[in-house]
Amino acid sequence: MKFLSRKATCNSHGQDSSYFLGWQEYEKNAYDEITNPSGIIQMGLAENQLSFDLLESWMANNPDAAGFKRNGQSIFRELALFQDYHGLPEFKNALVQFMSQIRGNKVTFDPSKLVLTAGATSASETLIFCLANPGEAFLLPTPYYPGFDRDLKWRTEVEIVPIHCSSSNNFIVTKSALEDAYQRAHKRNLKVKGVVITNPSNPLGTTSTRQELDLLLDFVQDKNIHLISDEIYSGTHFNSSPNKFISVAQVLKDRNLDDNSELSKRVHILYSLSKDLGLPGFRVGALYSNDDTVVSAATKMSSFGLISSQTQYLLSCMLSDQKFTTHYIVENQKRLKNRYDIIVSGLRNAGIGVLPSDAGLFCYVDMRHLLSSNTFEAEMELWKKILYQVKLNISPGAACHCTEPGWFRVCFANMSEDTLSLALQRIKDFVDSTKRGDETRGASGSSRYSSRSVMSLTKKWVLRLSSNGHEPER
Amino acid sequence: MRVIVPLQGVVQGRGGLVLGSVIPCALFYFLRLYLKRNRASPASPSSPSSSDLLLPRTHSRTLLSPRASPALLSSRATSISKAPDSPYYAGRKTALRDPYHPLSNPHGVLDLGLAQNKLSLDLIEEWVVENGRDSIVGGGGGGGELSIEGIATYQPFDGLLSFKVALAGFMSEVMGRSVSFNPSQMVLTAGASAAIEILSFCLADSGNAFLVPSPYYPGFDRDIKLRSGVEIIPVTCRSTDNFNLSISALDQAFNQAKKKGLKVRGVLISNPSNPVGSILSRDMLYSLLDFAQEKNIHIICDEIFAGSIHGDEEFVSMGEVLDSADFDRDRVHIVYGLSKDLSLPGFRVGVIYSFNENVLAVAKKMARFTSISVPTQHFLISMLSDTKFIQEYIKTNKVRLRKMYTDFVSALKKLGIRCTKSSGGFYCWADMSGLIRSYSEKGELELFDKLLNVAKINVTPGSACHCIEFGWFRCCFTTLTEKDIPVVIERIQKVIETYKS
Repeated sequence: MKFLSRKATCNSHGQDSSYFLGWQEYEKNAYDEITNPSGIIQMGLAENQLSFDLLESWMANNPDAAGFKRNGQSIFRELALFQDYHGLPEFKNALVQFMSQIRGNKVTFDPSKLVLTAGATSASETLIFCLANPGEAFLLPTPYYPGFDRDLKWRTEVEIVPIHCSSSNNFIVTKSALEDAYQRAHKRNLKVKGVVITNPSNPLGTTSTRQELDLLLDFVQDKNIHLISDEIYSGTHFNSSPNKFISVAQVLKDRNLDDNSELSKRVHILYSLSKDLGLPGFRVGALYSNDDTVVSAATKMSSFGLISSQTQYLLSCMLSDQKFTTHYIVENQKRLKNRYDIIVSGLRNAGIGVLPSDAGLFCYVDMRHLLSSNTFEAEMELWKKILYQVKLNISPGAACHCTEPGWFRVCFANMSEDTLSLALQRIKDFVDSTKRGDETRGASGSSRYSSRSVMSLTKKWVLRLSSNGHEPER
Repeated sequence: MRVIVPLQGVVQGRGGLVLGSVIPCALFYFLRLYLKRNRASPASPSSPSSSDLLLPRTHSRTLLSPRASPALLSSRATSISKAPDSPYYAGRKTALRDPYHPLSNPHGVLDLGLAQNKLSLDLIEEWVVENGRDSIVGGGGGGGELSIEGIATYQPFDGLLSFKVALAGFMSEVMGRSVSFNPSQMVLTAGASAAIEILSFCLADSGNAFLVPSPYYPGFDRDIKLRSGVEIIPVTCRSTDNFNLSISALDQAFNQAKKKGLKVRGVLISNPSNPVGSILSRDMLYSLLDFAQEKNIHIICDEIFAGSIHGDEEFVSMGEVLDSADFDRDRVHIVYGLSKDLSLPGFRVGVIYSFNENVLAVAKKMARFTSISVPTQHFLISMLSDTKFIQEYIKTNKVRLRKMYTDFVSALKKLGIRCTKSSGGFYCWADMSGLIRSYSEKGELELFDKLLNVAKINVTPGSACHCIEFGWFRCCFTTLTEKDIPVVIERIQKVIETYKS
């Protein structure tokens, strides 16, 4: 296909990874409580559907916001013609206020340093376009969001060099891991332009510790590079302890650094309303930087992905309603915590542990003990079993570039509580039947079929059939 | 620079003495010059004192690489933020700061530099007031329960199918129903600029080029070149041909590019054209397809003004030509959007319409970087499905466009300013070469400056559109009311008088 560009024909959009494959299978056989109760339950999509009712009631009570009206007067014309890439001022003001609220009002943001984009995907790509030339590289702690392979690398032609993190210390970034990654990049003749962290982390759900953030800041200062902090999940932290989520903005502030300092200018924050407010369809993303050149360049590039003025206006009304936002943040966090507790205890019941976490719309689940061998092939085998037999779409660690096989990201906020319970039941049944299978294999000793082993195999088969659902499998 | 080298020279006796002293001196001189220059241009105001402290350590890495942040940014970022704004953008900025209003700001800037159509917005606003409530935010119609799930959750990044269907219908309607569009050949983007950019990424590699007839829309420089790195090769059109495109000019440009080692991947044409406003004949469309086939390149056809025809000529879409004749469709891609024909630039709706399955597949994936807000899609589905309203709107809008065009052009004519005949778009292409002092870009920009800062009228100079002839200006008339025309004329008159005196 020489007729098209290299970018069009290459594979770096990463769309062929299992992350997307699972999605495709789900679309073919999606679970529905009534019409398809034995279908695949989607647990691979990090979407927050827990607080729609709060948004709906706000909109029902504030019809002007969606009705192109301000104080009862139509502002349709103004919105229809508004295409200024600096963004609707009332929206930016409301958004920075909301960002500050999520951080416990410990930091404030300047709206003139915020650039709006159509979704976080656009914001992260735009930021990379501003910071790096083709062929340069960014360091990312593993495991990381599979979408970064496409968003950060594809059209920008930038490389990602992983920073290997391990479960032995709960995947925290260490100095040696950072240095090791930097050296590996150097060996590949790649110029490192920065580090990208996601805080709270996707897929881990953990929040960066202060030590980690300090380490990262010292590292980027020493190497003269950038730090990008993707804080898209900042509003999903559900730990009641107030200072659990620490934004890099807070650490900078605590160092008494002026916004104009060298270091402050190297730290850039990404945000979006897709996770915290559960509005991915609205396509609202933002990047925040203290570097004027970055803000100026990114603003111009945002022409390629501006947010609809209708949406900007609607959300400016919603987010300036501080009574609503305060209530929403608290209630949303409560509901997330509740879900997290349910899934953790459900998994524990099945003998499966999770990485302790306090944010995000998912948890990082340890299924290493269910692998037939400590390899990624075994992980893929297990993933396929879970997808096709247990009928759950979860995300395997390999898709997130995890260095240890056996970890899976399981989402819990994109379904009803009943569906979650069903999913947990299916997992329990699967684990139980696997155990029984192992026991049976163990009891029969050799591979010879004895009548007793045939009987127990039959029993296992019957049990499995009866637990998989009420309808015959399609 | 000690005695050692010159001594060596004396020993070798071959002018080594001279070279031996001259070369190190020269090197030292250049090093001092380099250091002086870098110290003199700190791009960030941070810590100037610390860089002074570091100075004595001549081999410090921090000295040899400037400490300021621009060194850490991409070349795209530094070039776009350092580059002076073209008059196209600069004029708009000035106009936005001091906008004209007949009552509250009669001495403000009249913005004839932005191709926005305010002539028929009242019709749309009326529709919104009457029907808006039910169409907004997924409301189940007539006081039904609001369900946010349908609009809040992730939807296909390249647009809702129902929206594509509605858009395909609108495109057909707006182009006189002589062509129909297939929704499954569409990828939707947040605005037409994004559509052009995605096509640049798909059809060409960085360093390749597109042929673009000039004068052209200034925004293309950003849409095509900025991030995809594709070059634009202007194809000169002249006033003697009414700025119409000729195949021989295309051919010439193609060959010149080849000589320079530039690989041409496609032609980008705008129909109706911007800034001239002419439309391509059916024959020209056939010739373009032949040309593209012969050179094995793509054609991108920007038809964003297709529904804004005010002249008598019939508009023929590239889609219609492909429907009726047997050409290789794989190389043809149409760009459309709702910013012009429906006057909704704020809502960010762009369309890539392609006949090439592979391009569609890639564009679909790239659409995730530029998706349209779902509530906006829902809102527009309602509006576009109201066929009666749309038909009325298109008809009335055309009438108003025609009237304003005729009035404005004849008013300019009375001043002695001739415009090229145009059939579509929101602007006229005016020949003010008689008013410029020197026949050069400088002369043209001087006039632009006078018009902007003295007469307080923002128009777009031809040089911003890469026009090879000087003195031409694009003047948009769709942001004016009838009453504003005499104000514009009067102000231009004053400028003419100052030139004569």
